[in-house]
Amino acid sequence: MPGRNISRRTLLKASGAAAVSAFASPIRAAAPEPTAVTPALIAAARKEGKVVYYTPIDLPVAELIAKAFEAKYPGIAVRVERTGAERVFQRIGQEYASHIHAVDVVTSSDAAHFIVWKRDGLLEPFVPEDVARHYVAEYKDPDGMFAAFRASLSVIGYNTRLVKAEDAPKSFADLLDPKWTGKIVKGHPAYSGTIMTATYEIARDIGWDYFEKLAKQRIMQVQSAADPPKKLGLGERAVMADGNEYVLFQVKESGGPVEAVYPTEGTPFIVSPNGLFKAAPNPNAARLFQCFCFSPECQELVVNRGAMRSLHAQIKDKPGRRPLGEIKLMKEDAAAVERLSEEIKARYTKIFRV
Amino acid sequence: MLTLLPLSWLTYYGFHDRAGGLTIANFIQLVTDPTFLDPLLTTLILATSSAVTCCAVAAPMGWLVARTDMPLRRTVRALVMASFVTPPFLGAIAWELLAAPNSGLLNKLFRTAAGAEPDEYLFNIYTLPGLIFVISCYTFPYVFVLVANALDRIPGELEDASSILGSSAWTTARRVTVPLALPAVLAGALVAFLQAMTLFGSPAILALPAGFHTMTTKIWSLFQYPPKLELAAAASLPLLVLTVALLRAEAVMLGRRSYTVVGGRQGEPRRVRLGRWKWAALGLAFVVLLNPVFLPYGALLNAAFSRVPSEFVSFDNLTLHNIEFVFFELSSTGLAIRNTLILCTSAATIGTVMAVVVAYMTSRRVVAWHRALAFLATAPVAVPGIVLGVGLFLTYTRPPFVLYGTLWILLIAFVTIALPAAYQQLQSAFRAVNPDLEEASRILGATRLGTLGRITAPLLRTSVIATWCFIFIGVIRELSAAVMLFTSDTKVISVLIFDLNESGDLGAIAVLGIIMLVFTFAVVALINRIPGFGGVRLRNT
Repeated sequence: MPGRNISRRTLLKASGAAAVSAFASPIRAAAPEPTAVTPALIAAARKEGKVVYYTPIDLPVAELIAKAFEAKYPGIAVRVERTGAERVFQRIGQEYASHIHAVDVVTSSDAAHFIVWKRDGLLEPFVPEDVARHYVAEYKDPDGMFAAFRASLSVIGYNTRLVKAEDAPKSFADLLDPKWTGKIVKGHPAYSGTIMTATYEIARDIGWDYFEKLAKQRIMQVQSAADPPKKLGLGERAVMADGNEYVLFQVKESGGPVEAVYPTEGTPFIVSPNGLFKAAPNPNAARLFQCFCFSPECQELVVNRGAMRSLHAQIKDKPGRRPLGEIKLMKEDAAAVERLSEEIKARYTKIFRV
Repeated sequence: MLTLLPLSWLTYYGFHDRAGGLTIANFIQLVTDPTFLDPLLTTLILATSSAVTCCAVAAPMGWLVARTDMPLRRTVRALVMASFVTPPFLGAIAWELLAAPNSGLLNKLFRTAAGAEPDEYLFNIYTLPGLIFVISCYTFPYVFVLVANALDRIPGELEDASSILGSSAWTTARRVTVPLALPAVLAGALVAFLQAMTLFGSPAILALPAGFHTMTTKIWSLFQYPPKLELAAAASLPLLVLTVALLRAEAVMLGRRSYTVVGGRQGEPRRVRLGRWKWAALGLAFVVLLNPVFLPYGALLNAAFSRVPSEFVSFDNLTLHNIEFVFFELSSTGLAIRNTLILCTSAATIGTVMAVVVAYMTSRRVVAWHRALAFLATAPVAVPGIVLGVGLFLTYTRPPFVLYGTLWILLIAFVTIALPAAYQQLQSAFRAVNPDLEEASRILGATRLGTLGRITAPLLRTSVIATWCFIFIGVIRELSAAVMLFTSDTKVISVLIFDLNESGDLGAIAVLGIIMLVFTFAVVALINRIPGFGGVRLRNT
């Protein structure tokens, strides 16, 4: 099947799943004119010489993107500041409260953060040419403040050496089976934006009841959504209740004994936008980096090496990975996450005790 | 100033609500809410058990090294020193690699050896006993140093007298040696208790996956979004009060010790002849030292060169990728190493200079208020790193001093943390220099400064260099204050390792950890070239 078709169909289905997102803003489009990469922009960026990129993307992938940018635009160093999206949000909040403007470009796996940053007037309107041409309206802010850099899924996974395929859990409900007691690893919503979004979607579609029962399974509580797949790869736990699909793919593609499960109740769908800050210390390098992030070149890297999902219309899924359109997705709702995030964190901490 | 300002803000925040009204609601929540009471209880159990474990292990070892003819005593002392300077959080991560129930190397060996099922395990490090074990591994050197030093100082004549009077070796030990060493053991227990109570890194690494908090991790979690600074401040105060109380108790005990040890010209300590048992004793010492040194270092080295860190290095598994990643791909490596070295060097230099000045003024009573000065220099010892972090954050994120986001705030934290130990060490060094020498110089017409430069300084040179090195090592391993105070531009290696642990990048951690240990041991090697150097206290992080 030609790639274009897959991605279009993928997009249509996925956009149905993500109808109520951070991008559904009531304010009508006041986005600036799209910007192409010009020699003048490159020269100005080179003068600044560096760009600071805060991101929750798993470090090796984030550094891969940074190195690709540095190779394409020599003389501009990218400093990757990676931690969980909720920590990124906290860090920027703390830094801005003390008038420290260190961040140029940010990615967050909790799209709700962009609602807050936009409302607080911290974001710079800027539309890379690729975003204007190749991204559907659902995946970009009408005011041009941010756009979806990538999409990812939080999946169930298992270690194929410890669990036979026929015994593997098929759904969230299966994880509550006593046979998994002490064998599950999961990420934390106060650290990871992916887990925060997934926790919201699961609580909404299945109910908090699920988490209360899961807490009785003596889970191993790690922080990052990137960690459960790695713990599976090590063989430290047999099953993961949540975690990044793309890190799981990477573990698998480097020979790790892991397999993903798309739960029958639906798989949490996470859109991670990119934006740049008004007070960015390297404004031109930030613009150039933002343009690069949405270029087909970078998006191919995101898909092929990063194993994440691209929302760029020209990018096709890598063969062998199940296309988004064939997965039952849980609906994303950044506005609700924004409203409920404090409550979700408090409730989660109460149930899981950390 | 350095200590008082943050502590005042801490107290202010502890007693105020978000709107700024005076309240004790924060404390009421603290003592009624089980999410605070449980960590408090856990912390007390943890600290008590660690203190007991440390004494049980360190006191006999201290005796073996100081009072017996066990072979390789110097090597054993050096290895205890190595566990002393190993960052506890690095040890905790290494023990994850060793004793995680399923992927831990030791459990894998056990399953292979015993032919056990995949789910069976020998050790589970993600438990309270596991945490107590790991904390004890890096806390027992404090007890060891105190006990060994005390035993070194007990003159052999006392024991001789006892044996001349017809007592057997065991009676002598029971009635002379043990009572004389007991205050040191008790003081060691207190120090171990304090270390275990205020430690942040190890519980954050081992307790959170197991689903429980200690006070330090709880305080840290209150800093996360949405930050509850008032509660964090209120939760810090019990730690502070406990520390002050225990340090008072320690001062009383150590005071008694110096009074029991008989002065005068001391003979060499008599070494107990262990006979055939000496090799068994050495074996035992090495078995103990497996835990803080050999096994963790081995696990880190293994992880640094493994594709899958939970598997042993083999032909399939061998890789240099982790090293390549840390040095050529990880964009914060250079920054973190640079920040760490800048901070270590400047904190060591400033801390040593301050300690020299204060120690000189107090020991020679140059100024009228020398007692107050001595108190101020030692006061920060009562402030746990994480509490200091909270206090400094509250202080320096607001006018008039906005230092957050600069290396200055970290420098202040590190100097404050290092000052008490540095001061105590230099003060005893000053005491050892007889003032007669200085007075002779003054009588012969030299100025005070001239005397200081020509007479006192050369005599103190080794102590000053040793102090500098110890601050340096202390700063490298500091995590608890740094984790509260860093920004993206002011990251240090310890914080970077902590970050990487949260996303499970064990290979990169192993490489960075080894870099850290290389720096540390370079400095340790420098100290060991200084003759006549005794143990000094470091703070855990």
